[in-house]
Parts: sequence; structure tokens; C-alpha cells
Amino acid sequence: MTSKALSHESQGPPPLLTLDGVGRDFDVSRPWLNRVIEGTPRQLLHAVDDVSFEVRKGETLALVGESGCGKSTLARLIVGLYAPSRGRIEFDGVEISDPAAHVKTARMRQRMQMIFQDPYASLNPRWRVREIIAEPILVLKLWENAKQIHQRVAELLTQVGLAPEDGEKYPHEFSGGQRQRISIARALSGSPEFLVCDEPTSALDVSVQAQILNLMSELQARLGLTYLFISHNLAVVSHVADRIGVMYLGRLVEIADAQEVFARPKHPYTRMLLDAVPDLEMSGRQRTPVAGEVPNPLSPPTGCTFHPRCPHANERCRSEKPQLVWRGPTASACHAVEEGRI
Amino acid sequence: MSTPVLEVKGLRVEFPTRRGTLVAVDDISFSIAPGEVLGVVGESGAGKSLTGTAIIGLLEPPGRVGAGEIRLEGERIDRLDNDSMRRIRGRRIGAIFQDPLTSLNPLYTVGAQLVETIRTHLALDAGAARARALSLLREVGIPAPEARIDHYPHQFSGGMRQRVVIALALCAEPRLIIADEPTTALDVSIQAQIIQLLKRLAREHGTAVMLITHDMGVIAETADRVAVMYAGRIAEIGPVREVVRNARHPYTVGLMGSIPKLGAGAGKHRSQLVQIEGSMPRLNAVPAGCAFHPRCEKCFARCTRERPEPIRTGANLTACWLYDEQSTVA
Repeated sequence: MTSKALSHESQGPPPLLTLDGVGRDFDVSRPWLNRVIEGTPRQLLHAVDDVSFEVRKGETLALVGESGCGKSTLARLIVGLYAPSRGRIEFDGVEISDPAAHVKTARMRQRMQMIFQDPYASLNPRWRVREIIAEPILVLKLWENAKQIHQRVAELLTQVGLAPEDGEKYPHEFSGGQRQRISIARALSGSPEFLVCDEPTSALDVSVQAQILNLMSELQARLGLTYLFISHNLAVVSHVADRIGVMYLGRLVEIADAQEVFARPKHPYTRMLLDAVPDLEMSGRQRTPVAGEVPNPLSPPTGCTFHPRCPHANERCRSEKPQLVWRGPTASACHAVEEGRI
Repeated sequence: MSTPVLEVKGLRVEFPTRRGTLVAVDDISFSIAPGEVLGVVGESGAGKSLTGTAIIGLLEPPGRVGAGEIRLEGERIDRLDNDSMRRIRGRRIGAIFQDPLTSLNPLYTVGAQLVETIRTHLALDAGAARARALSLLREVGIPAPEARIDHYPHQFSGGMRQRVVIALALCAEPRLIIADEPTTALDVSIQAQIIQLLKRLAREHGTAVMLITHDMGVIAETADRVAVMYAGRIAEIGPVREVVRNARHPYTVGLMGSIPKLGAGAGKHRSQLVQIEGSMPRLNAVPAGCAFHPRCEKCFARCTRERPEPIRTGANLTACWLYDEQSTVA
């Protein structure tokens, strides 16, 4: 299925990032002695399971899903903070998931950076802002000359809407939105092509969120950046994404162009997520009430993991794991969609 | 209309500090009728949570109610001593907070916590209290309550825990529930369920609900009326439909525009979000006149000098000089 899924995606601009059957397990077993005494086996948590997709140059691919669906783990796998347990990750045609080849992949990794969710936790409180922003420049040895670095930092600060003088301040002197601007400046200081943004606005107030989202789309247009945008908020995603991938319990259940996902959602989970978004316009659109909760990922349901909450589940859904299959413009992992039942 | 369950008049919450008194909530007035859900919305630091804390009398010193009055079913409660206030909390005012994990004691089963609360406020014996606890758990939608009542909080998921917290708030059939960001820690699909639950409970029991949140979407789904707060003041208050669709105050207009919406034409080729430049002032530097004027595009001379009072604009009350006839004439 993987090759089939990929071959469909290969139309359009060339892929910058390719994930092929990527999975990551975490060992959450009890300590050895407890296991021996209680006779319990090792326990693995499949945080990400068999995920394949491409991110094309210059686009924004958004991954959405609820807590525990594996979207942040996936972000960390891509930037190399975790090593995948299975599968391949390629960046610009070079495999970067092989820990043995890390010397070669280090060069590739320079071309990607990450923006984290919490601007309070991701900036060192004891460093001046200019030191924070200059760190990637120094580590990657992009410039050696102090004057050039100073100039570059000033340029980056202006680019994200701060003043060059702000470089002398410490992070606590800034509000949440301004701190997120500093994180963006730091991410940009290594001149990356690809940014992984893990919930970049979910810690911010709405009016500040709007400022940051606008800034991000401006920077993308100006610098030709490619984004992987991770969020739990479908409304935010509808504003920034070209394409959207929906995750549930570690698996990708649907991926398609943004318009397609909102206009014609296929997977029952995607439909449920869309129905759960509060109706701000008070348009009174028809919605089915949401039922159930995300199951414990340690003991996921058999077959399709969504079947206990799915109104369309049948015997096959309970026993057989659906694969991601392309039908028209959308790939979804659902037996009911595949059989044309919904 | 009957007497409002809650009536707040000219409430002011202040924090005396060495460098002068900081006013966190400044002269706000509103009321909530039986069965009505009043949404209080605003960004961090707008004073919405402090308003709630002041009403239930849990302001932490040195914070204090500096002026104004709070009436619960006509009876003034802002001058009560701690003991009488404690009898009101839980009995006549229930509270639901953001994080369900910190509102529950991890060392007691949810049943024990419910029974304790019920017996504190109602004259019931242990058996009757447990029966009431069971029916409350059933009412808030916990499956198999007979089995779940003897479980500890950690055995519940986030959404289920928040249901338990709601059951706790309902123990003594309070007249007023103050829900401070009740769905913020929850996923969207769980949030939708909790919203439905709160709405249903307010309707069935005739309980007044003050719903404090930063999420306009939650307000639009749940509330009957909404108060938009900015820098400790109410910028605009009115029926939710009016505020959402037909906002008057420039801050509300900006706030509504800055919220990403689902809808036709997804994808990033959509128009940019409306942006309000700058950020909310700090408490020690609230501008003179209208607190919003430095960020307001429609600001004129009067806004920098005089503080706007709520002005009737259709069904809303809006604190903005734009709607004052005198200033339009001038």
C-alpha cells in the first residue's frame, strides 16, 4: 500500500520529506524485578505506527489529531530527536533515519528546524535574546565574525517584527507572543528550508495567535519555506495548511488537500473531529454529537482502532486493520469508505 | 423577569502593592438570571478569572474587593465572614475549574469525595448520600456508575474526571455554577461533550452558570449572553448572537476577526486573519481614558481622556465612545 500511496502523491512539486512506514515504540514495561515476580511481559506503546506521507517543497502539510495520537512523536522523529523503530525518513532524497550515518545526515538536518509549543519553556531564561538567536549560527558555523553575527541577529529580529535592540533583553521581558517570535527567529537563524512547528500557537491568546499565524505565512512566502504544522485545532489548520493529515492513535487515517478535507471529509474520525469544532458563526450547521473517548493506546482496540466510536463499524472493522488507500483526491484508512458504504 | 441569581454591581478587585494599588477588575456590573449561561470571555490577564474568584470569595490576599457589591439571590455576599461564605460555597455556588486533576483529591475515591461534599451541605445519612452520588454520576454521563464510584481519580480519563468535577459542583443543587475554563484542558471531541452536558444541566435545573473561557467558540455554543472583558473592564456585553455576529466594540470586532474559522475556502490562500496590533496593557500601565485606545484604529481625542461608560447599542451594552451621540456630534 505504501508504494501505491506514495506514487499518487508524487504528482506535483518534488517531495522534500518522505516518510515510509515510519513507526516508533516506547518501552513502558514495569521494572525487570516486577516483571519477573508478577510474570508480566514487556509492554510496548506504539506511539507512531506505519505512517507514510510526503511533504512537498514550499507547501504546508498539517497534521491534526487529539492528545496521544502521536503527532508530536512524529515531529520529533522527523527532526531526529527520536530514532524511528521502523521505516525510513528521507529528506531531499537522502535517508536521515539511519543513526549509523549521522555524520552525513547532520548536513541534512541543518536544513530543518523546529518551533516548539511553549515559548516559556523553550527559551533559556539566563541567556540574552541575541545569544539565543545566535546559537544555531555558532553551532552550524554559518558565520564566524562577531560583527556579521550581530548584523544577522538584528536582521532576524526585524524579520519577526521585533526591534534589533530587543536582542539585549532577557526572555522574561517579553510576552508569550513576542517569545514565540524569538523562537521563530532562532529557528530561522540557521537558514533552514523546512520548519517543523509543533503546536506553535496553542499556548497563545487568539489575537496573538493571529499575529503569529500571519507572520508565519508571510515568512513562508518571503523565504520559500516548507512547513510541517502540527496542531489539534482544525480551525487554525484550515487557515495555514495546503494539505492535511489526520492522525488517530498513532496512525494516519486520512490525508488530502485542505479544501478536500473540509468540504468532503472521508474517514468517520475526520467527520467527527469537524463536528466537534464549536460553531462560531452560529450557522446552525447539522452536526452529529460526538461520542466516546480515545482508547488507551497501551491496549488499542483490534482491527480499526476507531471502531468502538464509529457509527459505521462492522465485523470487518473489528478484526482487520484498514490500510491507507487512495480514492480520488483523498487517501483514507477505512473499510467503510473503501467498500463505498459511506 | 424574576430576581437574578447573581447580581454584580461596580465590582472592583485590587491588589495593594508597595508601588501603589493595582486594579485588576475595574467597575464591572452584570447579572445572571436563573437557567441562564453567561459567558465571560477575554484574553489572559483580562480579569475574567479574578471576577469569578471574587464572587466565590476565594481571592488570595493581598487581593481584595475594593468596591462594588455582589448579590446572590438578592442577598449581599461580598461582606460575609469566612464561615458564612464557606457555607455558601458548595451549597449555593458550585465551582468547576480548569484542571480536573487538581480539583480532585487523589487519595480518596470519587465516591468518598462526593459523599463528603453531599453530607457537608445536605442532611442525608451515608446511604442516601451514596445513592445521591450515584445518581449524580449517572446524570453527568459516567457509564456504569455503580462500578466507577469506588474508583480513584487517576483511574478516570480527563473527560470523565471533568464530569466527576461537575458532579461535585452539583452535589447540593447550587443556584449558581462558576465554571472557569472547564474545557480548556480537554480535547475537542471531549470538549463538545462537556459543553452539551453543562448546557443540559443549566436548562434542566434552572441553575445560573457563569462560564469563564478564552475560547469564543465554546461561548458561542453554550452561552445565552456574553461579556467581553479587556484590561479588567467589560468592553461589551449582550446576547451571544449579537456579539458574535454583530460586534460593536472595536476590540470585540478585532477579537472575532482574529479567530480562525472553519468554513468554505480552506487552505492558505485565504485572506489573512485580522490582527490587533500590540498586546493587552500590564496592570501597572493601563492607559488613561479607554484602556483599548492605544490599539484601537478608531480612536479619537475623547478616547484618550475620558473613560467610556457602557452605552446601549441595540441589545448590547458597549463601553466605547463611538456609540455616544455627543462625541459623534462633536
